Amino acid sequence: MLAPSNSPARGSLLDIEHLEDKEILSLLQLARRMNPLKPRPLLRNKRIILLFYEPSTRTRSSFEIAAKSLGAITTLVQSSGSSIEKGESLLDTGYTLRAVGADAIVIRHPSAGAPHLMAKHLDIPVINAGDGMHEHPSQALLDAFTILEHKKSLKGLQVAIIGDIVHSRVARSACHLLTRFGIKITLCGPQEFVPEVAATLAPGLRITRHLEEAVRGADVVMLLRVQKERLAGQKIALQDYIAHYQMTAARLHLAKRDAIVMHPGPIIRGLELTSEVADSPQSAIMDEVSNGVPVRMAILARALGRAK
Amino acid sequence: MSRQDNNSLLIKGGHLIDPAAKINAPMDILLRDGRVAEIAPPKKVRGGCDEKFDARGLIVSPGFIDLHVHLREPGQSYKETIATGTAAAAAGGFTSVCTMPNTVPVVDTDAWVTWLRRPERGAVVNVFPVAAATRASRGHSLTDFAALQRAGAAAVTDDGKPILDDEIMLAALRLGAELNLPIVQHAEDTHLTEHCSMHGGPTSFRLGLRGMPTAAEAAIVDRDISFAQQIRESRLHVAHLSTSDALKAVRRGKRARARVTCEVTPHHFTLLDSDVGEYDTNCKMNPPLRSASDREAILVALADGTIDAIATDHAPHAAHEKQVEFERAAFGITGLETALALAITKLHHEHKIPLMRLVELLTAGPARVFDLRSRGSLQRGNFADVTIFDPKKRWTFEVSKSRSLSRNTPFDGWQFTGKVAATIVGGKIVYRAD
Ligand SMILES: [Zn+2]
Repeated sequence: MLAPSNSPARGSLLDIEHLEDKEILSLLQLARRMNPLKPRPLLRNKRIILLFYEPSTRTRSSFEIAAKSLGAITTLVQSSGSSIEKGESLLDTGYTLRAVGADAIVIRHPSAGAPHLMAKHLDIPVINAGDGMHEHPSQALLDAFTILEHKKSLKGLQVAIIGDIVHSRVARSACHLLTRFGIKITLCGPQEFVPEVAATLAPGLRITRHLEEAVRGADVVMLLRVQKERLAGQKIALQDYIAHYQMTAARLHLAKRDAIVMHPGPIIRGLELTSEVADSPQSAIMDEVSNGVPVRMAILARALGRAK
Repeated sequence: MSRQDNNSLLIKGGHLIDPAAKINAPMDILLRDGRVAEIAPPKKVRGGCDEKFDARGLIVSPGFIDLHVHLREPGQSYKETIATGTAAAAAGGFTSVCTMPNTVPVVDTDAWVTWLRRPERGAVVNVFPVAAATRASRGHSLTDFAALQRAGAAAVTDDGKPILDDEIMLAALRLGAELNLPIVQHAEDTHLTEHCSMHGGPTSFRLGLRGMPTAAEAAIVDRDISFAQQIRESRLHVAHLSTSDALKAVRRGKRARARVTCEVTPHHFTLLDSDVGEYDTNCKMNPPLRSASDREAILVALADGTIDAIATDHAPHAAHEKQVEFERAAFGITGLETALALAITKLHHEHKIPLMRLVELLTAGPARVFDLRSRGSLQRGNFADVTIFDPKKRWTFEVSKSRSLSRNTPFDGWQFTGKVAATIVGGKIVYRAD
C-alpha cells in the first residue's frame, strides 16, 4: 500500500534549505491573503494530524488554529498516552495515521531528520514543525513575514542572530531563508554556542563574539532562548552570558533607530533580554506569534493543494 | 582447511600477483590436497590434475583476508549468520574472515571461540574468531587470553567499544606481548562522542546532528601507541582507522619501531561525511565517514605503506534497525561483496595505486597483522586459498542479489570496474561468478 517512494509527497514542507525561492515567495504571498478572523473553508473535511513528540505551546496551537480556520479536522497525537510510548516506530506510527485517513501530518520531533524519514515512506504531505536541532521552517517563514511587515524588502537588511545558535533549529532555518534574499546575517555568541563551523551553513554568514559588533547598524535583532541546562553543560556561567550577551535597552540603541527585536519564544526575561526590551515598541515578538497563524494557513493550504 | 579431499585443481592462464612472494607475472598454479603444490610459468606445471580453471585474462591472487567482520552469531542471526556472512565473503573474494566478538553473548570464553569454529556453523570460508579482550567487553577485567588463543582466537578486542581504562589497556598489551597476541583497538574516546551520530563538520552542523570530533579517535591512538612503545613486544592493531590525525600517530609509532598496525575500510577511502546527504542511515557507521582531508590522508597512507590492511567492518543490520530516525539508527554497513570492487575502482583506476599494492592490502598485509601462518601468499605448501578476479570487468552491484542476510549498504546500484571471478578455499571453488 505504501511503497517507499523516496521523494516526499507534493506539498510537504521539510526544510527551508531545499525549498525553492519562488515557493518561499508564493507562501509569503499566500499568507498575506489568509486571515484567521475570516475563516475560509479551503480544507473542509480534510484531516490533519498534529503529531507532537515534544511539548509545544505556540507552534502546536498555531497550526491547530490555522487548520481549523481553513475548515480542516485536526487530531492531536502526542507521544505520551499513545502507542508511541509502547515503542512503536516512527514509520509504523506514520503508516497507522495514514491508514486512519490522515490527509497531512504536521510533525514535531526531537530527532533531526524525523520528518524526512516519514516523508520518504508516506504518500501524504509531511510538514516539519521542528525537528531536533535541524530546522523549523514555518518559524523562518513567519519571521520573514514579520520582517516584511516592518521593512519594505528583505534585500540589504542586516540581521543579528544572538545566542545558542548551535542547538537552534530556528537559527538554521532563518539563516537559510534570509541569506537567500540578500540579507546579511551576523551570528553572535560565545564559542560554545556559535562554533566557527556555523559560518558554513549559508553563504555570507559572519560570526562575531562581540554583541556590540553584531547589533551596530542592525535592522533586525533576533534573540534565541538560552536553556539554562545547556549553559551548565557547556560550562558557561549564566552571569557571564548575561554580562556579554543580554539584550538591554542600551545595547539596542546601537542598532538602527527603526530596528525590530525578534524572538521565537518562549522568552526568559532577565536572561537573553530585559523586560524593557521585550516590551519596547521595537519588539515584534507578539507579531511573530500572531503571524504564525496566517503563515501556517498558507503552509497547510499549499500542502493540500488548495493554495488559492 | 578441508583435509578430506584428495582432488587437485590447476589454475592456468592467469596472471599471478603475490606480493609476499614478489611475483607479478603469468603463472599456472596447481593446488592439491588443500595446499599449493606447484607454481610455474605458463604450461610448465608438471603435476597432473583432476580439474582445471581457465584464468585467461584474469588476476590470480592469494585469497583475501578480512580482519574485521561482524557475522552476528551467536545471538543475532536475524542480521547475519556464519553461513550467510561467509557466503557473502566468498562472493567478495575473501577466503578468510576475522569475526568480531560483540555478539550476544560476547565471545569472551574459549567455549564460544570453539563454537564459532565448529563445522555446524556452515562456514564456506575460513573463520578466525577475534575474542573479547575484557569480560563481556565491559572494560573492567581481562579475559583469559591464553585459553582464547588455544581455542583459536586470532586476536582480542572489545570492538564496538574502546578499551578506555589506561590500566586495563596496559595489562592487555602486556599479556598480549607474552602470548604474541595482537590487541585490536576500536579507537574512540567515548567521552567526546556521547549522543553523536556522525562526523563533526559542516554536514553535521547543517543537519543538526551532534558530531564526533576527529580528536576522539586520535587521542586514543596516541595513547595506545605510547603504551605499545613502553611494553616490549606488545602488538597493537588499530581497527578501522578513519582520521588524518590518527594516521600521523601510527606513522610516529612505526618510525619508533613499535609493533603497531592499522586497517582502513573501503567506505572510508570512498565516501565523505557529506554523503550522509539528507539523513541516509546507510551512511551511518562508527567511526563515521570523515572529511575530504581525512580521506586524502588515507589515500596517501594506502599508497605509501602506512596502512597494513583493507578491512570491511562488514556490519549487517535488519531493515527495521536502519529505517528509523538517524540518531536512533544502528551504526554500520555491509561491505564484503563491494570491497574489491571499491578498491579496484577507487584505488587502482582512480588513484593509480598499483594492483600489487592493492593485493598486498588484502592478502599479505592482513596475514601479517594477525600472524595467519601459511596464508596471504601462494608459496608452495601454503593453504590453497586463492582469489581470482577481473580488474577490468564492469558491473553494477545490486543489493537485492547480496548473499548477506542484510541490505544496509550505500553502494546499491553503484557501477564498478573490477569483479571477483572465483574464490577458492582449501583448494575448493566456493564461489564462481556466472
Ligand atoms: Zn569498531
